[in-house]
Amino acid sequence: MELLEFARGPALKVALAVFCFGVSWRLVGTILLRYHRHLSVPRVGFFKSAMLGLLVGGSRSWPHPQFIKRTGYGEALGYSYHIGLFIVILFFAPHVLFIKSLFGVSWPVLSSSIITIIAVLTFTLLLAVLFRRLTYSVLRKLSNFDDYFSWFVTTLVIVTGLMATAHFGARYETLMAWHILSFDLLLIWYPFGKLMHAFYIFPSRMINGYFLARKGAPS
Amino acid sequence: MSAQSVNTATIGSVRAMPADVQGDLNDQVRVERAMQSFAMDYGAMTALRLESCIHCGICADACHFYIATEDPQYTPVLKVEPFKQAYKREAGPFAFFFKLFGLKRRVTTGELGNWQHLLFDSCNMCGRCSLICPMGIDVSALIEQARRSMFDAGLAPAELYAKAKHQEQTGQPESSAEPYREKLQAIGKQHRVEIPMDKPQAEVMLCVPRTDIEHYPKAVAALARVMQHLSVACTFRSEGLVAENYGYYAGGRDWQRQISLKLIEQALACHAKMLVVPECGHAYTALRWEAAELYGKPLPFRVLHVTEYLAEQLDAGKLKLRRADSGAVTFHDPCQLVRKGGVMQAPRRLMQALGLDLHELENNRAFSYCCGGGGGVLDIKRAAPLRYRAMESKLREVDDTGAGTFLTSCSDCRATFDDAKAHFNWDKSPHSLLELVADNLG
Repeated sequence: MELLEFARGPALKVALAVFCFGVSWRLVGTILLRYHRHLSVPRVGFFKSAMLGLLVGGSRSWPHPQFIKRTGYGEALGYSYHIGLFIVILFFAPHVLFIKSLFGVSWPVLSSSIITIIAVLTFTLLLAVLFRRLTYSVLRKLSNFDDYFSWFVTTLVIVTGLMATAHFGARYETLMAWHILSFDLLLIWYPFGKLMHAFYIFPSRMINGYFLARKGAPS
Repeated sequence: MSAQSVNTATIGSVRAMPADVQGDLNDQVRVERAMQSFAMDYGAMTALRLESCIHCGICADACHFYIATEDPQYTPVLKVEPFKQAYKREAGPFAFFFKLFGLKRRVTTGELGNWQHLLFDSCNMCGRCSLICPMGIDVSALIEQARRSMFDAGLAPAELYAKAKHQEQTGQPESSAEPYREKLQAIGKQHRVEIPMDKPQAEVMLCVPRTDIEHYPKAVAALARVMQHLSVACTFRSEGLVAENYGYYAGGRDWQRQISLKLIEQALACHAKMLVVPECGHAYTALRWEAAELYGKPLPFRVLHVTEYLAEQLDAGKLKLRRADSGAVTFHDPCQLVRKGGVMQAPRRLMQALGLDLHELENNRAFSYCCGGGGGVLDIKRAAPLRYRAMESKLREVDDTGAGTFLTSCSDCRATFDDAKAHFNWDKSPHSLLELVADNLG
């Protein structure tokens, strides 16, 4: 079996299975834990608190103005590479074809040259993110294997994708195999590390928002 | 209490600090107790908070201890790191995976000892970090839970442990030459106001901060005077007098419950419809938001902070106030009231009724910086140098308003600012909003 066949055949199937089972396992393992009943009389009723909690799910995407001066740079960096990743993943023709093969849906795409520019920018931003993690004392102290490995698997997919697009370093089929294998690796790592934040971010914000709202406290 | 130090042979990623220790437990038992205690409070909410952290470090930018020192060990979420590590290794959905690949080490007593400084000395549980977290994690809730675990492992700061123990046993956090009941009566005589005590039936039950009894007796008299003005049937109860809850500070779950129960039982005994919490921020959190959880059912009476109660009376037309001749004033929002309690407008409603020229601090309301003394930090002697550094920017903010009068509605905040006044030779004195109300009754 060719490496490319292996990458997009059995390896991808295993990776998707690990991803689906792992994400479900981790979510269920969190959500099915017990819930404490809150017995203090709320200042704001359940329905309104729940609505406010839902709002926090979105509003926390933008920092409170009081904090921007201190956090603006880090947040801008974080947002920039996330946006870059989203564009490359969702608007590159081969990716949309892949998604169509899985789910049967597709949408308009961007030209390869635009995607390449965005991918290069995203890679540069990811390097800046790593540099910041290594040099900013707070991040350096907090960081563990998960932080660096999650960065590595994300960046690897971008780098191999760029190499495949540029036909750089090996035969196209080999480069494609590396790209798909790096994506397989990302899928396999996904449930175990911080990449899971994509699933946790909204419930976490909404629940915090709900609890603050029931006290009548700002969120 | 033992004066021994824990074994710090295995040091984590923070500086080794001397830790206070209670009991003669061996290291393994201590760690097990801490983790079992943390697990007692595990639930979906805790798990979600622990799972969601992406190590972005943004919470550091909300914490006055980090901002003042730029020392990364004061990053709020790092303060719960041993517990996050233990959760992932022992209880999380992929615990087997982390154990198998050795990705999460076993937490040691040495690490817990080092973390005592982070969880108690350098955290006011003020909740500012919970407002900044892009993942919406309530870091201060995790820290409160971690403090409980430290307490159960016999690793609470000596001062907080001693005061919590004393309060649980006697009702007072420390001994006094005469019981507080007598002290209150003496304050009443001195300020020529009746102190209603141990009435068998009352609409409103009152309690009082120890800080006011010891340091701000005028605030006690002010509370009595305002209630007298409102002609409300109210009473203090000698068996449930003290508002503070050192069990909450120290992390003693059972002691916190026992201390809260004293007040709950007294409120029930006098058939109170309302428990009015005086100017004490953490007493409000303990009674308004946590007492029912520890009591096991909703409280059959309302719990209001005194500013909330007075604002209600003002709106009902029962409280009449004169304009106060105070010039420009500024106001410090106590964290436990505003950020963790939702009491934001009531003090401003009172200040408006007093006709005050309010100059808000640069960071006000929900974004107010903590005074630095909350969460029991004011009581921990070794924490004083760090506390002074952390509150410098707050004092600057007060100065920058140009206001001549500085008000707050928490006696612990007031005591912290008074302590800073002495330490820095600061030219401002914190004043009680309640006292200002009592001085200007219409």
